[in-house]
Amino acid sequence: MSLAKPDANDLSSKQKVAVASGVVGLFILILALFNTDFINNGLFLTTSLGLIFLGTILFANDAYLSKLLGIKNDGVWFKSISSRGTLGWISGIALTLFYIVLYFYPNLLGLGGNSASNTGLVSLFDPLSKLLNGNPASQWFVYGSLYTVAILAFGYKFILKYRHNKYQQLRTFSVMFFQLGFAFLIPEFMARLNSDTFKLPYYDLKNMWPLNYYNFEQYRIDDFINAGNIGMALLFFGIVSIFVISPFLTYKYGKRWYCSWVCGCGGLAETAGDSFRQLSSKKLSAWKLERWLVHTVLVFVVLMTTSVIYTYLGYDPDKYWLTKGVFLALVGALLTLVFAVVMIFKRNELGKDARYGAIGYFVIIMALFSMHYFSNGSNLFLFEAETLRSTYGFMIGAIFSGVVGTGFYPILGNRVWCRFGCPMAAILGFQQRMFSRFRITTNGGQCISCGNCSTYCEMGIDVRAYAQKGENIVRSSCVGCGICAAVCPRGVLKLENDSMQGRINPNEILLGNDVDLMDLVNKK
Amino acid sequence: MEHIVIIGNGISGVTAARHIRKLSDKKITIVSAETDYFFARTALMYVYMGHMKFEHTQPYENWFWKKNRIELKKGYVKTIETKSKTLHFADGDMLQYDTLVIATGSKPNKFGWPGQDLDGVMGMYHKQDLDNLEKYAPNNKVCKHAVIVGGGLIGIELAEMLNSRNIPVTFLVREDSFWDIVLPEGESKMINRHIKNHHIDLRLGVNLKEIIADENGKAKGVVVAETGEIIDCDVVGLTAGVSPNIDFIKDSDIETGRGVKVNRFLETNIPDVYAIGDCAEQHEAIGQRRPIEAVWYTGRMMGETVAQTICGNRIEHKPGHWYNSAKFLDIEYQTYGWVFAKPGENEIHFHWKHEDDTKCITVCFDKNTNEFLGVNTLGIRMRHETFDKWLTEKRDVDYVMNHLSEANFDPEFYKQYETEILLSFNNQFQKA
Repeated sequence: MSLAKPDANDLSSKQKVAVASGVVGLFILILALFNTDFINNGLFLTTSLGLIFLGTILFANDAYLSKLLGIKNDGVWFKSISSRGTLGWISGIALTLFYIVLYFYPNLLGLGGNSASNTGLVSLFDPLSKLLNGNPASQWFVYGSLYTVAILAFGYKFILKYRHNKYQQLRTFSVMFFQLGFAFLIPEFMARLNSDTFKLPYYDLKNMWPLNYYNFEQYRIDDFINAGNIGMALLFFGIVSIFVISPFLTYKYGKRWYCSWVCGCGGLAETAGDSFRQLSSKKLSAWKLERWLVHTVLVFVVLMTTSVIYTYLGYDPDKYWLTKGVFLALVGALLTLVFAVVMIFKRNELGKDARYGAIGYFVIIMALFSMHYFSNGSNLFLFEAETLRSTYGFMIGAIFSGVVGTGFYPILGNRVWCRFGCPMAAILGFQQRMFSRFRITTNGGQCISCGNCSTYCEMGIDVRAYAQKGENIVRSSCVGCGICAAVCPRGVLKLENDSMQGRINPNEILLGNDVDLMDLVNKK
Repeated sequence: MEHIVIIGNGISGVTAARHIRKLSDKKITIVSAETDYFFARTALMYVYMGHMKFEHTQPYENWFWKKNRIELKKGYVKTIETKSKTLHFADGDMLQYDTLVIATGSKPNKFGWPGQDLDGVMGMYHKQDLDNLEKYAPNNKVCKHAVIVGGGLIGIELAEMLNSRNIPVTFLVREDSFWDIVLPEGESKMINRHIKNHHIDLRLGVNLKEIIADENGKAKGVVVAETGEIIDCDVVGLTAGVSPNIDFIKDSDIETGRGVKVNRFLETNIPDVYAIGDCAEQHEAIGQRRPIEAVWYTGRMMGETVAQTICGNRIEHKPGHWYNSAKFLDIEYQTYGWVFAKPGENEIHFHWKHEDDTKCITVCFDKNTNEFLGVNTLGIRMRHETFDKWLTEKRDVDYVMNHLSEANFDPEFYKQYETEILLSFNNQFQKA
């Protein structure tokens, strides 16, 4: 929540008042946590969130509105909060603990189980929950509300920080809109439509599989099917999202259309997490780890989802055309198709590692599939589907994306999850690297290797390594936040959508030197 | 195996080393007295401002050098003995070379001002200058006021640095307008106003007379030559340009002028000894360039070029169209081709300025042939490749003005001003 508190001794008096306001707001939440009996929960919740908003807004106004337009990174590495100082570690630990409690001990937050009414922090949010969806709050409602408050409040701060930069403003408006509307309000309103005869699963429409790894689980599919046309439309949308909409938009605009314009994880990272973007590791070793980790998660989620769906499908094609066998065949065919297309058309573009990785994973998946035909059909693969599902939910859904992904913002940077763990990012990144019109163009020979771009890349891309070679940046991990281009003091970087031709253009000799020499050395 | 020794681990020397490694298996040693590893000098300011840590200014991770078999030696070369091909270090060490590349860069100019060597007086060029500034100006309690002498690119960067720590700055500039020996009037004046908007006390048309010391030999103020005014300060930044850092070469057989004299092949008068970057001085200027170019890009080009020559493909240093860039506080500057402070005999300058006073463009063209000669922009990014192409194609100014938007490099969704600029151009020159 209130993540961006620079050292108190550097604060102006207005900023101190702002911080005080935010702290009082947070303090009310903490009081609630300790079961303080507020006379009027609605009033105190409003006061609390209001004070947090007010504090962030006052702080941002004072920090940015009084200054001329421009890059506002003065002192980033001197502030305790943004340079892994004491405040950074305290916030990191506090956030991590919050996530552990949220995921594993919601009763500590006051969640009333078994028709008992809520207490503590969760009960503080009951009035808002009842207002929106008619039911008492859950720990997820509390989390969703705080999450939305964070994106809105820090989004405002970010917009002021980059008020000279239209790209930054627009995409921040966009993530604020999608968080407030799609992730928060619409699902709550949808819940209101539910009755005894009609029930839709909780559905954040922009949150597509595999980020939303549970979207095709049996209870949700049942809900979709039972909800008639609307339900079927939602299910259809979920499938089309990942197989049609996202490849198309990624082809046109790069994965940024999702990761830094729409996605909720990205939204939090870009707003509340903005103060930590410089903490991501730019080491080559981190990149190697990243590629293995994120693609392993992707393989995991594909296997898990396949096995989960497989278990609830039937055997008899007369009852429903999509049987266990047909489904497996479809998955296998799709994977083979993707693999074949990449190997045929893009083999030369891939480095050795990526090729080995692709071959390795393909073999694994095929091997696991073939095992199906040697098993008796009740359990798929090496593991029970349920074991896979619960392991994924625990390891990836809770620990990786929540506890580590967000809790470690102040230590590892604001995109730990997106970079190392998100299977959605892996898919979109693969599409971006293989067939997208998006790239970050390098401006000829203008780079002075200063390193601002690399330092402020939240995905840990060594942007400078490309820029100083006059090479466009075409990287699967790039979320297109555009900060590298913003902080570049020489106008070297530009996010662009252009033709695929000549998109990847390594140069040994940069533009500006002897034309003959450039021709000689850069011949490809 | 042939041993290439490069003195200086700046952009020129390191670029040369990298390219020699790509082209050959020769033994390479880079010598530096400044730092263990290559860093981007242009980024030192961002370390002081807290945008980056020093390690972020290093473009290559520390394992890079060993992996590419480039040896690094820390030491200060005292003399070069070209007959025996030996370097003598200040600590008594020696190093044999087969081929020597001198890439020692620049040092800040000092013009014999009284007090120029006092504590608290510094340039802003070397890593040591940054350390010095951190020592004498850590905050606005230790350094209550700073004076900067010399209005060039480094001067305004130093002003920005001090400003970032809320240290009040007085900026003494000899010229009547900031950097007006390079920038056309409209641009220079705009930067004057921008400097003042940042609450920097810009004094134009004044010179430094002397720096006054306190009882401990530390600077405590400066005297302005024209007015005799004494300005109290704790730090004095001397940023009146740079000159080649070659004092240690003067006693050797290598010919020097202001810099190390080189021909177009970057060869000195001694066989197997080359000089590149800021410290190299061409016998004759190339085109309209200066014989000594203390510019990042030129240093890099020379490094790329000399590597070819050393590896058997002897080629001339033949830089392409001039380009450069800088940033004045919040305003970025780019230039392609030649736009001089005052239009030459057959040249015309077209100038357009946005009403918000942070963006402008100056286009230079030949008044007889209409040929486009160059462009300066402030606050608008332009595409290097496009202008390089237009300059090669010798496009006329009308073509350039009508196609200006093709060269725009501003981020997406930025407001574009090409239509406005074209309108203004057509009005001014009565074009249909």
